[in-house]
Amino acid sequence: MSAAPTYDLGKLHGGLRLPGEKSVSTTGPVLQAPIPDQLVLPLTQHVGNPSQPIVGIGEHVLKGQLIADTDGSLGAPVHASSSGKIVAIEPWPVSRRHGATAPCIVIECDGQDQAIETTEIVVDYAQLDPDSLLKKILQGGIVGLGGAVFPTAQKLMQAVTAPLDYLILNGVECEPYISCDDMLMREHAHDVLRGAQILMHALSLSHCHVAVESDKPQAMIALGEALGEIADDRIVLKQVPTIYPSGGEDQLVQLVTNKEVPTGGLPTDVGCVVQNVGTAAAINRWVVHGEPLISRITTITGGGVVQPVNVHARIGTTIADIVHLAGGYTDQANQLVIGGPMTGKSISTDRVPLVKATNCVLVLVDEVPLENPRPCIRCGECAEVCPIQLLPQQLYWFSCADNETKLREFGLTDCIECGCCDLVCPSHIALTADFRMAKARMRELADEKARAKRARQRYETRNLRVLIEQEKRDEELAAQKETAREIGPEAIKAIVARARKKSPGDQDEDI
Amino acid sequence: MWIAVATITVIALTSGLLLSYASSRLPATSDDLVERVNGLLPQTQCAQCGFPGCRPYAAAIVAGTANINLCPPGGDDTIRRVAELLGRNVVALEEAANTDMVKSVAVIDESLCIGCLHCRNACPVDAIVGAQQLMHTIIASECTGCELCLPPCPVDCISLEIVR
Repeated sequence: MSAAPTYDLGKLHGGLRLPGEKSVSTTGPVLQAPIPDQLVLPLTQHVGNPSQPIVGIGEHVLKGQLIADTDGSLGAPVHASSSGKIVAIEPWPVSRRHGATAPCIVIECDGQDQAIETTEIVVDYAQLDPDSLLKKILQGGIVGLGGAVFPTAQKLMQAVTAPLDYLILNGVECEPYISCDDMLMREHAHDVLRGAQILMHALSLSHCHVAVESDKPQAMIALGEALGEIADDRIVLKQVPTIYPSGGEDQLVQLVTNKEVPTGGLPTDVGCVVQNVGTAAAINRWVVHGEPLISRITTITGGGVVQPVNVHARIGTTIADIVHLAGGYTDQANQLVIGGPMTGKSISTDRVPLVKATNCVLVLVDEVPLENPRPCIRCGECAEVCPIQLLPQQLYWFSCADNETKLREFGLTDCIECGCCDLVCPSHIALTADFRMAKARMRELADEKARAKRARQRYETRNLRVLIEQEKRDEELAAQKETAREIGPEAIKAIVARARKKSPGDQDEDI
Repeated sequence: MWIAVATITVIALTSGLLLSYASSRLPATSDDLVERVNGLLPQTQCAQCGFPGCRPYAAAIVAGTANINLCPPGGDDTIRRVAELLGRNVVALEEAANTDMVKSVAVIDESLCIGCLHCRNACPVDAIVGAQQLMHTIIASECTGCELCLPPCPVDCISLEIVR
């Protein structure tokens, strides 16, 4: 590991050359995982609101059947990954940052793997107009498979509103250990490129860059051969340097087009749409073959498994089943991580299911004990490797002091939490974890401010209302008094006497 | 020597005039200041400070009739910010009845509610909906947890629940 100089081909600031550790899992072909006994499908496998289950317990579902749908807001539907019976809809441990469990649909598979009759396979997507093609993609439950799991259709719908120049397919996969996109490109290069064609049609674009890191020559060759076969000169293959984190969306845009995505902006601001290669392949599977997103390739690797391998598994298969495919745990297995070593999340049980976001299951052996952090010596190493040119040493200072204004000013919200600063810090300060917490605090504070503002508005409108009501009451009272004075005391006495006569029971009444 | 005295006098006079002109033309009106202090208060409208809401309390702080340490929901954080804004000394929170403020929201046990409207009228932010003789309920997202609805309830059907 050493700080990488700015690469001549791209203009990415900082970054690190990390040991890849990828070859261990790419020696053999992708293993096809068998149908598990049980599938666990979380309702939230995407950014946005949870999908709502549309099946009941005891119901028999078929492979590819829609089992949870969106409510029209940001989200993606969920489909059954195999045929079987719904046995439960209940909280289940999942691998997410927030909370330990989430509502899941549990299917007991019958082993038949009977697929639902697809009613509307679009063979020739080119005859669909871009709008209906986007709607079609929405129904496939397709989300960004690079890890962000933003619903793809909604991302595309947002993108088409801006002037666009390029579609960029992200086959960079820069994080160590992970090799699922590499294997996908090697074995399913046609799917990837066809997906690119569909995406270009949906976005009305005529330029596509497929970016692949220089440490994946075999993927590059496979893509080149496939591109030769489909002969589409709108697609260009681009090799980018092997520097972590060149696979970050904004970083890749900068590498490929040499344009910087503005602070707080999106790649669409510089005319680019970035999609993961896996997403493109999934779109092809759905649009052309009618198969929704019900399976994915995932890497199972690390020193803690017997035979690191890539597995093509159904969404909802538990991690335990997948580890079993890789020969099981070794004796040294110590820590289970979903995702890569830099941005992944440690989990405490292998009962969690594989979800759409799961690109890697990493089983670590306890090699490097965490060193105790020492005080910051302000050496500036972190600033040199930061891919977005932030000043982590300053941010660290401000986050210790809880100085929100300064944190904003120094661009904490732009931090992509890549973890480069952690790695180079000679004092072993957990900078990224610190920044993550500072961001959460900032969000909380903003929430509180919004709440206070609302409460204040409601308080003021209420006071106004009370005031108006009081005035009205005063006016009515004054009017009554005025009438009383006009008709005179004698007339009032007569009225009272008449009223008493009518209801002799009400003796207590008095004026 | 007289020249020096005259020079100083002239300088003092002109700058004095300038300053008084500036202060009359560019006033930091107390209303502005009240708004800014109000912006630092937590807007729970709980009246624990002894004033009927956050804005009256802010006005009292600016007028100098109330100390800055009377706001339990705001806690030390609010005291520090207000002190910073007004250039006063940071003081410890006044020992009030309720010192450990946790973020909470009121919840009505709807099976017990008799529909008397007392709590609805007491709510400073109109977060309770209901009509005479009909069950009331609380809009949880708007409730500030001020506890002002607890004492008026004749059947004690309102309780506070801690958020998160």
